[in-house]
Amino acid sequence: MAKKDDDILKKVTGSEYEFGFVSDINEEIFPPGLNEDIIRKISEKKNEPEWMLDFRLKAYRKWKSMGMPDWAHLRIPEINYQAISYFAAPKKPKYNSLDEVDPEILETFNKLGIPLEEQLVLAGVAVDAIVDSSSVKTTFKETLSNLGIIFCSISEAIQDHPDLVKKYLASVVPVGDNYFAALNSAVFSDGSFVYIPKGVRCPMELSSYFRINAANTGQFERTLIIADEGSFVSYLEGCTAPQRDETQLHAAVVEIIVHKDAEVKYSTVQNWYPGDKDGKGGIFNFVTKRGICEGENSKLTWAQVETGSAITWKYPSTILKGDNSISEFYSVAVTNNHQQADTGTKMIHIGKNTKSRIVSKGISAGYSENSYRGLVKVMKGAENARNYSQCDSLLMGDKCGAHTFPYMEVENKTGVVEHEATTSKVSEEQIFYCNQRGISTEDAVGLIVNGYAKEVIKQLPMEFAVEAQKLLQITLEGSVG
Amino acid sequence: MSNKMLEIKNLHAEINGKEILKGIDLTVNEGEVHAIMGPNGSGKSTLAAVITGKPGYEVTKGEILFYGKNILELPAEERALMGIFLSFQYPVEIPGVTMMNFLKAAVNAKRKYEGKEEMSAAEFLRFIREKQKLVEMDTNLTNRAVNEGFSGGEKKKNEIFQMAVLKPKLSILDETDSGLDIDALRVVANGVNKLRSPERSFIVITHYQRLLDYIVPDIVHILYKGKIVKTAGKELALELEEKGYGWIKEQF
Ligand SMILES: Nc1ncnc2c1ncn2[C@@H]1O[C@H](COP(=O)(O)OP(=O)(O)OP(=O)(O)O)[C@@H](O)[C@H]1O
Ligand SMILES: [Mg+2]
Repeated sequence: MAKKDDDILKKVTGSEYEFGFVSDINEEIFPPGLNEDIIRKISEKKNEPEWMLDFRLKAYRKWKSMGMPDWAHLRIPEINYQAISYFAAPKKPKYNSLDEVDPEILETFNKLGIPLEEQLVLAGVAVDAIVDSSSVKTTFKETLSNLGIIFCSISEAIQDHPDLVKKYLASVVPVGDNYFAALNSAVFSDGSFVYIPKGVRCPMELSSYFRINAANTGQFERTLIIADEGSFVSYLEGCTAPQRDETQLHAAVVEIIVHKDAEVKYSTVQNWYPGDKDGKGGIFNFVTKRGICEGENSKLTWAQVETGSAITWKYPSTILKGDNSISEFYSVAVTNNHQQADTGTKMIHIGKNTKSRIVSKGISAGYSENSYRGLVKVMKGAENARNYSQCDSLLMGDKCGAHTFPYMEVENKTGVVEHEATTSKVSEEQIFYCNQRGISTEDAVGLIVNGYAKEVIKQLPMEFAVEAQKLLQITLEGSVG
Repeated sequence: MSNKMLEIKNLHAEINGKEILKGIDLTVNEGEVHAIMGPNGSGKSTLAAVITGKPGYEVTKGEILFYGKNILELPAEERALMGIFLSFQYPVEIPGVTMMNFLKAAVNAKRKYEGKEEMSAAEFLRFIREKQKLVEMDTNLTNRAVNEGFSGGEKKKNEIFQMAVLKPKLSILDETDSGLDIDALRVVANGVNKLRSPERSFIVITHYQRLLDYIVPDIVHILYKGKIVKTAGKELALELEEKGYGWIKEQF
């Protein structure tokens, strides 16, 4: 019977990365390497104004003077930045209608289970579809522009709204903030730009699907979201990537500015290719996401489900500057096989009566390592700041690791910072109990994991929540014998 | 005339290289209630585990037929779907999974197996309420996690509740009576008796005659050191209650 269990295990673990495939789109790719010439060429290709080129060059020089951060609980293989190509774009950059879009791109979306037409028409979601580095299609622009909302690629924003970009770019994540942010600032390819004017509630979820598509091409997304006074927007970011042997570097920067009485909800489902069962290949994901609750009574919510990437280095953070501002962070981070994740958040309380809440759910399986790293900082002037943190770890099997590194720095006596942590394990007894009721192991894992992650999943917009639940189950298939 | 439901032939099973079951022969016909008694550690729960396909046990010899089909190669969930149910001696807690979601998954898995449509939400709710009444279970199933924080007795009642929901062909009750107060014992027995029919069979593992006053067995077996050493009618249970296991132990 022991042998039979083995077979079952093999069968379920055999379900290789579902979204792993390569689509064949005509692309223009720069030769590998990074130097000032390459940066000039990127800027030129994108027809950027002088100030943008200066921004990139300054960032590049800064980056050259910096070193890779080494404090995370990660084993990061040597990355040869000169072996990476820093620009790739589909040759035909713009389309007016869906019919003009390369059918292969559409096919790619279909394989991913993202029927673009359906997404657009039925769900009413504006999709800023990014294939590799250039924006292929931006939709629902008209509906949005009637409200004065700007939702476009950052490249377009640089051309069409230079004042806004100049004012806010690198205002939350300075060029030299960290090694990867500096790199991103130097070479960022494209990304999304959102501006919600005063008092406007964005009537639909703004969403962008990302995809790494060209072999050996690092992807450097840059996202900038500005919610002006009294506005509201919910933004979704989700991605899956094709299966590759080459190591792929991803270093995105997301900046969010929330003005007085405004609210931003930023949701992510991250499913980059995690590498195969033996830890070969997979995306290196070094992301800097940071928002500032600039004005009074502003609110920023992060909700994320992270299942992919070989290495994840990611700490969406909020600077609570405005009095009475609120930020919440809800995260599920799953690691399986040989994945490594060091993720968490930072909540920096500056304003009075600021509140933050952290709910982090780590799930580790296989031989993976999953760390939560969080900082709650209450500055001197932050009277009556409140933080509540809940960090849970769920282990599947006994070869994986879960770690919690909570840091607290409270400089104001009136601050109240609470931290709770739990660790639990999915046992074979639990799985057998489910099996004995006719529930398959995959479904049992799905039930247990989704039960565990419920508090976070329910923060996601409906259509994302369903997708996320499936993702959790798929990611953990075969992780319990 | 009665059909064979479960046939166990010369079953040998070990765990961690230690042989626990040493040649079990047992036939359960449709509609029969068998009681299995025996001292602690004799292998009763092990037998239940091997029948239901719990991983970790190695069957070294013999076979288990369910309606003539050898089930030893089938995974646990398939055996369950075929209609074999185990009321656990120690029901497992599953934090985070509500009873309602758990039951829904189980009921839907069964309906799918039987080629039926999933129940609608309203239908399912009605169905569950009805079964809850049957076992006098007033627990709020939508906000309680599976067995989490249930008292010992509640856990056992919950097993019988699930049995009532899934209506298995063969139910194995592993000491479902231990730790129950008199009222709960009656509820458990009622649950079983309501399900009794010419097609359904039960294997009741117990240490006490008391349960068998409520669930009257057709046949009583004594399992000792991994073997069924005695099989007789319901009077055997009374004899055991009176004399204990001493005379059995002396004999074998
Ligand atoms: N994992 C294991 N490794 C080694 N021995 C085990 C293991 N599990 C059970 N056993 C042994 O198998 C024997 C039979 O155990 P089992 O639980 O089947 O007994 P039981 O008849 O149900 O007893 P009780 O009446 O106390 O419930 C015991 O001696 C027990 O210690
Ligand atoms: Mg037992």
